[in-house]
Amino acid sequence: MIQIPSHYKKVTDLHPREEIAPGSALCAGCGGLEGLRLALKELGENVFISNAAGCFTLLSVYPFTPFRGSWLYTTMGAPVPAAQGVRDALDIQRDQGELTEEDDFQVMVVAGDGSSADMGLSPTSAAIHRNLDFIYFCYDNEAYGNTGFQLSGASPYGSRTQTTPVTKDHPAGAEMRKKDLFEIWKSQNPPYIATVSPREPIDLSNKFAKAKILKGPRLFICLSPCPPGWGFDPRDTHVIAKLAVDTGIFPLKEYVDGQVVHTRVPRKRIPVEKYLERQKRFRHLFVPKRQDEIIQKIQDGVDHYWEHYS
Amino acid sequence: MNSNLNKKRMLTGNKAAAWGARLAGIEYVPAFPITPQTEIVETLSQWFADGTLQGKFTNMDSEHSMFMAAGAAAATGVRVFTASSSQGILHGLESIYTVAGWRVPFVMVNVSRALATPITLEPDHNDVMATRDCGLIQLHAETCQEVLDFVLMGYKIAEHPLVSIPVLVNLDGFVLSFSREPVMIPDEKAALEFLPPFKPVQPVFRASQPMARASAVFGGGTYTYFRIQQDLAARQAETVFNETAREFAERFGRTYEPVERFHVDDAEVVFVMSNSFATKGKSAVLKLRKQGIKAGLLKLSMFRPFPGEAIANALAGCQKVAVIDQNLAPGMGGIIYPEIVTAMYDKKDRPKKILSVVGGLGGKDIKEDDFLSIVERLNDSESKRPLYLFDEGDWSQFQQLQKIALV
Repeated sequence: MIQIPSHYKKVTDLHPREEIAPGSALCAGCGGLEGLRLALKELGENVFISNAAGCFTLLSVYPFTPFRGSWLYTTMGAPVPAAQGVRDALDIQRDQGELTEEDDFQVMVVAGDGSSADMGLSPTSAAIHRNLDFIYFCYDNEAYGNTGFQLSGASPYGSRTQTTPVTKDHPAGAEMRKKDLFEIWKSQNPPYIATVSPREPIDLSNKFAKAKILKGPRLFICLSPCPPGWGFDPRDTHVIAKLAVDTGIFPLKEYVDGQVVHTRVPRKRIPVEKYLERQKRFRHLFVPKRQDEIIQKIQDGVDHYWEHYS
Repeated sequence: MNSNLNKKRMLTGNKAAAWGARLAGIEYVPAFPITPQTEIVETLSQWFADGTLQGKFTNMDSEHSMFMAAGAAAATGVRVFTASSSQGILHGLESIYTVAGWRVPFVMVNVSRALATPITLEPDHNDVMATRDCGLIQLHAETCQEVLDFVLMGYKIAEHPLVSIPVLVNLDGFVLSFSREPVMIPDEKAALEFLPPFKPVQPVFRASQPMARASAVFGGGTYTYFRIQQDLAARQAETVFNETAREFAERFGRTYEPVERFHVDDAEVVFVMSNSFATKGKSAVLKLRKQGIKAGLLKLSMFRPFPGEAIANALAGCQKVAVIDQNLAPGMGGIIYPEIVTAMYDKKDRPKKILSVVGGLGGKDIKEDDFLSIVERLNDSESKRPLYLFDEGDWSQFQQLQKIALV
């Protein structure tokens, strides 16, 4: 049993350091960037980031990097194998007595949901199988965001993407359900999995505090409200992120010691439409004609999920 | 040379590759099996498991993952070896391009095998030609001895400060990978003196020296700068190969050049070949000479960087040249042929005729008769099309199969 006290109670408890400098090419109001900023406040500067092709690739554009730690751009499908190569090389050098403890670092993958749920999934599964000692940070904006918002395995049912247009024959837009990356990872029983939200910094920080002292594959799925893709004003990122949690659409939870624990259980869940109606990607569910059946199906999915936990 | 330094053993091409890696003191092998390469990684996994080699052997999940792990480990400062073949090379191609651009030194072996479709097992060179433009250094081995020697030399070239590029050593599947030949295995101490432990010239990933690597660039100018740098470094590798080969010859008594001339100087007809089938070509040259035909053979040991000047010098004054490509670019012909023609174009004493020959596909033998038909074609035909080594006998054999297929 892993006993780690939750030591952060309020925002002012969080570490004052900043590991990501401001002024990157990312969009205003990017929820994922706020999530990564909070994560690195907890992890510190001794972090090596292996990056998959995606929005966050624009964080380091030659000759700039916003990070105090190290960064390696890889490919869309192989950020995890790169993490494997770096971790293996460090382990070899440590065993040879050629690497001091101060020179070692936390190996971390930073990838979007497209890489995480689609192209990069097979190598990720293999790395979990090999018990690779790394942290996986997935910024989940529920589509291929960097290419202009096309369907990914993580796009939710009923959302409009550029490749699931809404038509008379396809009134829902995306007709598949979002892949459950949490459950996919869980099936391989890694030491730690968590969902986090940039709107819940205390919860997020406590989860990283817990994960950083563990070894092995550790996953963070960070819901990443995306102003241009989801269609809302950048200043409303926190509102959208909060509604995702309060409607129960995005459950905050962790998997540790073989148990799933919900870390924020909405006392009374707000109807999902309050979350949906604020985003252009779901606008077709409300105008020109309200599509009750689709909205209800989304609500039923959320209710069905929480039946097990309340 | 002290004869105690060397021992001679019967080794397959695959075992010779593994021995080359072992003598190079490799520390890391990310691996994925594929016929006909598997024996290499099996041998290395045994040596890591029983303590013969120190470091780590990691079973990867694909070649795409494997080449990425190889590059990332090299960027972190360990000596890396890996191997693949055929479809594996194609599956890993994105990663090969990527890590070549990182300018990290390591050695990979490709055991050539023809590509799908149709899927098959025996050798030709379309797989290694697919990596032609990736930014790798390519050394092509004819014998098991060359396989071992090129792997050892490969590290020295890859790790040279002016190069810092991965090296690919190519050998033919089946014909060489599974054939045992006598191979001189250099003494461990002598190998270590030739190739000391890896001391990276570029910064490696360390917490105390954070860096961003392979960051995105915007603007063609910045992109072009990095690409030209890669080109210049690759071109340097020919000089570095020659320096390395000189030192290798002094220590081990075996001499290598980017191109090997076999009875070329007085030849009227020269076959340009690479890899194990060059042995068949050499045998044909000797037989043709007995028949009064002044034949010769030019073997390409280095294919990237392309040793254009060395090729042009070797072929200067020769009247007829046949470039035998064991690969096929449909709609174009042999892949090496236009490169040879380009190397000769501005030479005053260039050959009167350079014929493109496509043969040895999917392990199809190149027989003595084939060399004779190449000579005849060079003497007679004005056809601009490649000569395909597929004769009446091959045609009737295929018809037998087709009859069954159509039942």
